Amino acid sequence: MILPFLWMISSSLKTRSQVWVFPPDWIPDPVQWYNYVEALSGLPFHVYTFNTLRITIPVLLGTLLTASMCGYGFARMRFPGRDTLFMVFLSVLMLPAIVTMIPVFVMFTHLGWVNTLKPLIIPPILGGGPFNVFLFRQFFRTIPNELSDAARMDGCGDLYIYWRIILPLSRPVLATVAIFTFLANWNDFIGPLLYLQSDSKRTIALGLATFLGLYSTNWELLMAAATTVTIPALILFLFCQRYFVEGVVLTGLQGV
Amino acid sequence: MAASAPAFPQGPVASRGGMTGRRRRNLIAGYAFLIPNLLGVLAFSLFPIATTIYLTFHEWNLSDTPVFNGLQNFVLMAGDSLFWKTLGNTFYYTFVAVPVAVFLAFWLALLLDRKMRGVLSFRVIYFLPHVTLTVAASIIWAWIFQAEFGLINWALSKINVDGPYWLTDSRWAMISIIIMSNWKGIGYAMLIFLAGLQGIPAELLDAATVDGANGWRRLRHVKVPLLTPTIFFILTTSFIGAFQAFDQFMIMTNGGPAFATTPLVLYIYRNGFAYFKMGYATSMAAILFLCILAITLFQWSVARRWVYGFDMDN
Repeated sequence: MILPFLWMISSSLKTRSQVWVFPPDWIPDPVQWYNYVEALSGLPFHVYTFNTLRITIPVLLGTLLTASMCGYGFARMRFPGRDTLFMVFLSVLMLPAIVTMIPVFVMFTHLGWVNTLKPLIIPPILGGGPFNVFLFRQFFRTIPNELSDAARMDGCGDLYIYWRIILPLSRPVLATVAIFTFLANWNDFIGPLLYLQSDSKRTIALGLATFLGLYSTNWELLMAAATTVTIPALILFLFCQRYFVEGVVLTGLQGV
Repeated sequence: MAASAPAFPQGPVASRGGMTGRRRRNLIAGYAFLIPNLLGVLAFSLFPIATTIYLTFHEWNLSDTPVFNGLQNFVLMAGDSLFWKTLGNTFYYTFVAVPVAVFLAFWLALLLDRKMRGVLSFRVIYFLPHVTLTVAASIIWAWIFQAEFGLINWALSKINVDGPYWLTDSRWAMISIIIMSNWKGIGYAMLIFLAGLQGIPAELLDAATVDGANGWRRLRHVKVPLLTPTIFFILTTSFIGAFQAFDQFMIMTNGGPAFATTPLVLYIYRNGFAYFKMGYATSMAAILFLCILAITLFQWSVARRWVYGFDMDN
């Protein structure tokens, strides 16, 4: 499982001639740190990271808000048409992104949003992700009614109950949705591929793919680039792996 | 989904309904909470569906006015050998990768489901690929599969096997991509299985042991039946995901050699955004959607026979 990562790091520190040696050595000698300098000159990692965060952070915050609001509406309010709407949401869950890809692209072309970050930020926030809505709804339904009843007796409205009572009790599901939203957006490749054309707007995933196009067989540079984008994420994961693991578990249990 | 979710009592407002003023207030408040998502579903799901239906009957190059061409897109598709080839590739990939991944993930979860030190770190290790960018993982594995200097053929040479030209050999390219995809995806499924296994009450397993059930029988008659809802969840979501896989095909082989690893999604992408055949690409996307829908509905319809406690009305 981790062998590919070791192989990646090992290859990233080899000279060009060391890469083309058979059988391969695991420990590079001499250690070629310069690969990273060269890789980073073709791959402005800080720019790509900045772009990725400019997409991921608004999407993350927006999704948490809209999906939880929607989940609250479905789980804890009663109004005509609620159940029908929920069925519509569940069916949208099955609609693959590939089907909507072309029509949505056409729409954004007409709006003049191609080569901006908007097509990658607005739809996930507004959509909230039907699966996220579903997770929130399931979770909110397990919170006892006594708490919100008491608040309602005191004359509090739904907005208060949602914000001050339900949300503070929902940390696990908030963390789960945050993690999955982050992973999905950070990993997204086809979205940026469709919408981001200029180099200055590229995300990490798209930038790395472009880098591959330029250095297709310079494996030591490709591995240095792959290491550069992979290691920070892995370290981040190791620091909050408990939340990741709990989040995955929660999704699995809510989903079935 | 939500097959085993218990039925919850209705909201507190239920008993107080009746007054029209309150009803209207509830209606407005309810929709106020839903508005962002309603807009989203309308703009990014329902409107695209309508556009899709419109475009399947038209020929369009994205800039001129769409030209009505009846069922021509589907006639074209029926005679397009690449459409059938890429659709076949999608099925090949899905029906090999998903069962193998689910089986391996389940098996790994069984191995890790015991009280021992280091289990947590094993979980972490198996989950590392899941948090790696698919693009990065694809590049790493392209190098691992490299025929002359790659890791795999070096390992094979140790046991005196002459490894194939993985990614450039049309017989092995798809298998290589499946291996990479499962390396990346297995940790997620394994974690969910592990959570399911650890949720099985110890009394059940103890009772089975007292009745003389050995390890295999406990697995076959207690663990597997109780985990069928989890298996069902993983299977349905993995199938939907595998049908749409794109990144690794684009990065590792770019669909080659000779279209051996072009899935339908990549073919749709090329038709739409390289050849600007929007009507044709949309029609193929509609067919892909029908395939996903058919398989999902089929899985739901047979679920009652094998999924423990499965109930169609959630």
